[in-house]
Amino acid sequence: MKSLAELQAIKDKMKNKVVIREGGEEVRVVVGMATCGIAAGARPVLSALVEEVEALGLSGKVSVSQTGCIGICQYEPVVEVLEAGKDKVTYVKMTAEKAKRVADEHLKGGKVVAEYTLANVKA
Amino acid sequence: MKELSLNILDITENSVKAGASLTEILLCEENDKLTITIKDNGCGMDEETVQAAQQPFYTTRTTRSVGMGIPLFKMQAEQTGGSLSLASKSEKEFPDEHGTVISASFYKNHIDYTPLGDVVASITTLVQGHPDTDFVFSHKTEKGEVLLDTRQLREVLGDDVSLGSFEVIKWIEEYLKEQYSENH
Repeated sequence: MKSLAELQAIKDKMKNKVVIREGGEEVRVVVGMATCGIAAGARPVLSALVEEVEALGLSGKVSVSQTGCIGICQYEPVVEVLEAGKDKVTYVKMTAEKAKRVADEHLKGGKVVAEYTLANVKA
Repeated sequence: MKELSLNILDITENSVKAGASLTEILLCEENDKLTITIKDNGCGMDEETVQAAQQPFYTTRTTRSVGMGIPLFKMQAEQTGGSLSLASKSEKEFPDEHGTVISASFYKNHIDYTPLGDVVASITTLVQGHPDTDFVFSHKTEKGEVLLDTRQLREVLGDDVSLGSFEVIKWIEEYLKEQYSENH
């Protein structure tokens, strides 16, 4: 049975982590979660990104957040990757499976998965 | 929308955008009727906006002029023989007690009923995206109630740990799933 006491244990564990995290998150991953994104399947894409970032040990470096309508609804679900000093990468028509590949190859490996980007996908 | 839980996620985003510090998501099932109520203490709307929000293509967004959230939800309720109501008190007129209540009823046995789907995923998504606002989630059936109040979690976690952190989100997911397996 899950209890609030367990949450206390999580808090104690996390306190140590907070200190390590102070290097700051260098990469921001943003998922469009307006009506258009949600209807197109953004929820499992977001969940997959959150899971993979944690599983790959990137949580100190990569933040995953949600935003509203990005303005290209016909391409939803849309995921943007923003990194200081680099061009924004816009992934379109995403799925949970594609998100896992982006996490592994781009967020971890540093190599853009070109075939999923806006420039290479038809509406 | 393929699942009503996705509409819940979508409609609740409006509450967060309205600056709500607390949003309540209340599901109640009686016989074949499901009522979904989303209640917030955000900035509210005046009467004109309440009417406009139920029309397709109304939006406060500036990127595009299409807003479908509430009309879609309304359509999904009405196509089962249910209905949607929207009531609001704007902060301007009611500075002490403002906010919006949206309530939709659905008949589950109707052929055009949209399944509820993965409501736990919607709740964890909401908390992940908005760790600084509070949510109450309640799902009542004849068998019992599934309940989450993020204010209780915040009390335990304090200011040091975000409700949006991975470990906490996972805890919420398990917490809700466990209650569902016991009560539903």
